[in-house]
Amino acid sequence: MAFLRPTTWPEALAAKAELPGAVPIQGGTDVMVEINFDVRRPEALLDLTRVAELARWSETGGRLRVGAGVPYSRVIGELGDRLPGLAQASRTVGSPQIRNRGTVGGNLGAASPAGDSHPPLLAGGAVIEVESAARGVRMIPAEEFYLGVKRSALEPDELIRAFHAEPATGPQYFSKVGTRNAMVIAVCSFALALHPAERRVGTGIGSAAPTPLRARAAEEFLAAELDWAAGLAPAGLAPGVLARFGELVSEAAAPIDDVRGTAGYRRHALAVMARRTLTWAWNDYRKAREQCA
Amino acid sequence: MTSTDTRTSQGIGQSAPRPDGTLKVTGEFAYSSDLWLEDMVWGVTLRSPHPAARIRSIDLGPALAMPGVLAVLTHEDVPGEKHHGLELRDQPVLAVDRVRYQGEPVALVAADHPERARRAAAAIVVDYEVTEAVTDARRAAFDPACPKVGERGNILRHQPVRVGSVFEAPVVVTGEYEVGMQDQAFLGPESGLAVPAEDGGVDLYVATQWLHVDRDQIAPCLGLPAEKVRVSLAGVGGAFGAREDLSMQVHACLLALRTGRPVKMVYNREESFFGHVHRHPAWMRYEHGATRDGRLIYVKAEILLDGGAYCSSSPAVVGNAASLGAGPYEVGNVEIDAYGVYTNNPPCGAMRGFGAVQACFAYESQMDRLAEACGLSPVELRIRNAVSQGSRLITGQLIDSPAPLAGMLAELEAFPLPAASDGDLRELPGGVAQTTHGEGVRRGVGYGVGIKNICFSEGFDDYSTARVRLELAGGEPHVLVHTAAAEVGQGLVTVQAQVARTELGVERVTVAPADTTVGSAGSSSASRQSYVTGGAVKTACEAVRERLAELAAAHPGLTTTALLQRFGPVEETREYRHRPTFPMDPSTGQGDSHTQLALCVHRAVVDVDVELGLVKVVELAAVQDVGKVLNLLALEGQIHGGSAQGLGLALMEEVLVADGRLRNPSFTDYLIPTILDMPPMKVSILENPDPAAPYGLRGAGEPPTLSTTPAVVAAVRAATGRALSRVPIRPEHIALT
Ligand SMILES: Cc1cc2nc3c(=O)[nH]c(=O)nc-3n(C[C@H](O)[C@H](O)[C@H](O)COP(=O)(O)OP(=O)(O)OC[C@H]3O[C@@H](n4cnc5c(N)ncnc54)[C@H](O)[C@@H]3O)c2cc1C
Repeated sequence: MAFLRPTTWPEALAAKAELPGAVPIQGGTDVMVEINFDVRRPEALLDLTRVAELARWSETGGRLRVGAGVPYSRVIGELGDRLPGLAQASRTVGSPQIRNRGTVGGNLGAASPAGDSHPPLLAGGAVIEVESAARGVRMIPAEEFYLGVKRSALEPDELIRAFHAEPATGPQYFSKVGTRNAMVIAVCSFALALHPAERRVGTGIGSAAPTPLRARAAEEFLAAELDWAAGLAPAGLAPGVLARFGELVSEAAAPIDDVRGTAGYRRHALAVMARRTLTWAWNDYRKAREQCA
Repeated sequence: MTSTDTRTSQGIGQSAPRPDGTLKVTGEFAYSSDLWLEDMVWGVTLRSPHPAARIRSIDLGPALAMPGVLAVLTHEDVPGEKHHGLELRDQPVLAVDRVRYQGEPVALVAADHPERARRAAAAIVVDYEVTEAVTDARRAAFDPACPKVGERGNILRHQPVRVGSVFEAPVVVTGEYEVGMQDQAFLGPESGLAVPAEDGGVDLYVATQWLHVDRDQIAPCLGLPAEKVRVSLAGVGGAFGAREDLSMQVHACLLALRTGRPVKMVYNREESFFGHVHRHPAWMRYEHGATRDGRLIYVKAEILLDGGAYCSSSPAVVGNAASLGAGPYEVGNVEIDAYGVYTNNPPCGAMRGFGAVQACFAYESQMDRLAEACGLSPVELRIRNAVSQGSRLITGQLIDSPAPLAGMLAELEAFPLPAASDGDLRELPGGVAQTTHGEGVRRGVGYGVGIKNICFSEGFDDYSTARVRLELAGGEPHVLVHTAAAEVGQGLVTVQAQVARTELGVERVTVAPADTTVGSAGSSSASRQSYVTGGAVKTACEAVRERLAELAAAHPGLTTTALLQRFGPVEETREYRHRPTFPMDPSTGQGDSHTQLALCVHRAVVDVDVELGLVKVVELAAVQDVGKVLNLLALEGQIHGGSAQGLGLALMEEVLVADGRLRNPSFTDYLIPTILDMPPMKVSILENPDPAAPYGLRGAGEPPTLSTTPAVVAAVRAATGRALSRVPIRPEHIALT
């Protein structure tokens, strides 16, 4: 097995173009497990850890650009205020060791329906920056990135360079059900983001369909129901709204029965998480409005 | 492992530090998987993908043709006995014409590189004719039309217990209970190194629980006399029963003898799930009858244990389930039938608690139902029926040493209850995965009681051997203790040294590595090693002391050092046996089948998110009577660890099997508790000595595993109002039923 160690982004792209079968490795928390379990025997590994820019993030013109190699521990520590939903999701990934090595870029590369960064990327309207030596940069909205179980829109000669997202302008929440209280793959998960400026709602569902997905009908329903301007009104959310939102989220999923849980439970849990995250988010929103008022 | 400890006053009763502790925490401890010889080669196992099939043919040609391959073996290459087993020799070394479970070893490869060995194994062509897999234990046991799994009938053992004739009562509660298949989930996978010897024999270094019984199974398969198979203990990464049966032992020796090279075998995590026995899943039907004030009149039970494809230790597991099937309660009328059956599911055998765990979940669930039916608190109902010294077990056996169950329960109930959670996500069900900020969370409290037999039962000749040598080293007295007892992480090396210090008053003690050049120590299981090997070391030390006293009497005025200087080392070897036990009557179950019984009681406090079915165990409290504390630190570790394993069974640990196939052979999906699942514990340890045991001690490793599971489930029931008759509880059992 060849071990390629580019030190610059163009070198990395050139290596990938030359050897599309080379498997990129960033934190290695997916790649090394697969090799260890003999799931795959790649002809080459393309080590990206020497490409320094992948481990940087920046904010320009009100948008964040986060390198594919920024580990979860830094997302939590450095971006927690700007990307709270993603930081909450990052906090649930594996153990401290895994969070020190594992990255959002790697999560995207693996494109597992259970990957925890996907729901907040979907809810936050993130865009993935991918690039190839031959065709240059492509900007892929998160929603179009996930194509099937562990399949993404990434072409064999492309690498993920970064993701772009707006810093949160409203409350964001991530919630994940697992059968133990830490270090667990999601049975199902849900992310919610309120975008008050556009009066828009973002959602993301994890581990309850072949791909991570948005609950579009639920987003539209809620965006229309929420009394964005009022905020201060005491009875901010009617119970009917909560229940309907939960139902619509649950209906958007296409879960299966597997060793981690049943389809019925997943649908049920999604509705519960949708109602609870909405309650938390709306309370935060109202509180913020009260403070402004 | 060798320990040389020069600290003073580290005798019995002291929390002597363990020699392997720092090494393990810093990652320097050499486990069996770290064994290495320059000229060694690698062995791998080809396993059956089918739970049941006939083997039409095996083509080794493609494997043999691969570079670096030194040997490819099938059952035809096994020179001696083709089968081994703990109780019955029914398990083939390599499948003979049929496979009976998914993962059964079919062929072996040795090659100069592990990857080459794996590729060669994958190149072997096995032509299987898949046959019907018997996977329903009830059908296997009771349907006469069901195919036979092995050569014998499908019922491995049926053990009835019959006492009295009154099976009517004013209050009757019934229940059906199920226990899923738990795995021991040790962290160090099966591994070892077999080195061919010049005398035609073999030296095997392996992580195991019982060196001599390994040797006694290996040697006949190799067609060698026992003395030509020398087994030494390599670093063990946990055991919990899973290393009592053979895994790679015979395989590595066969390859070593065939290739003339040292052969190393190491299972990976997935193979490990196929490479050892699991805890028997159980289906249990119970009926308890009582007076209105909650005194037991009768217990009826049917306990069905799935032993899987081979016998392993299933008969003894059935014996425990039957004899302890009503728990530590006085009851005059009993009708229990415990069955162990063969199926084409993975073989099941020893795991911490050994048959007593399954029954405990059922009888404790029943006691809670009975308490409710009688309008009593769970603790009060148990106290009313609790055994004590002088009571009889349902086998008729007299409890002839302290069994202060009622007092233990009262003490447990009096522990203060933990405060409500302060809202930190880590304290809530779901943890930082943030499924709740408190919504849907209800608190519940539950109790569990367990009784476990300590040491081997039912007439087994259960003994240990110790060789103790007192000598001068650097002019100072020094003791060398040598036994074949397996240190599996429980702290046995430390305890042996503590015994020697106490008995001989010598501070410097070395415990020699365990191997078969000294007599058998029996198994590191059944919570028995402190008792039996502790007893053997104590007895050998006493013999050394006597010899020294004789010398001193003959040479008054000479110090110990002077005596040793003049007469050389004093060495004695002794065997130690606990009081004999007797078989259970095959039709009534009566008999003094156990030598010692141990009690542990647990209280669990849980917070349950009733809408999502997620559980946070807030606190576990336990009271255990250990007779005598030998090493408090190690003992507390056993109680904490045993409780964690019981919590795991209650809430998450299950090997999922569908149609005879494992669905989750990995730590990704076989979940064991993390630090956020296992709560802090309150532990009270009682010391009511058992006069029959060395220092009055009572085995301690297993009892906490029993009582935790029903306590946690009872607490979840209290929080949710759900019946919850199956463990592990899954979120959907709480949220959707
Ligand atoms: C013990 C453990 C616990 C875990 N728990 C969780 C969990 O709770 N939640 C969760 O979501 N995941 C979990 N994971 C999975 C894993 O940690 C995550 O998916 C992580 O995000 C992977 O990041 P990485 O940098 O380690 O990726 P790597 O393993 O380096 O790569 C992952 C995949 O992405 C590809 N890749 C990496 N970088 C690029 C790039 N720049 N361009 C194109 N492709 C790329 C790789 O080729 C590979 O296919 C866990 C893993 C382990 C071992």
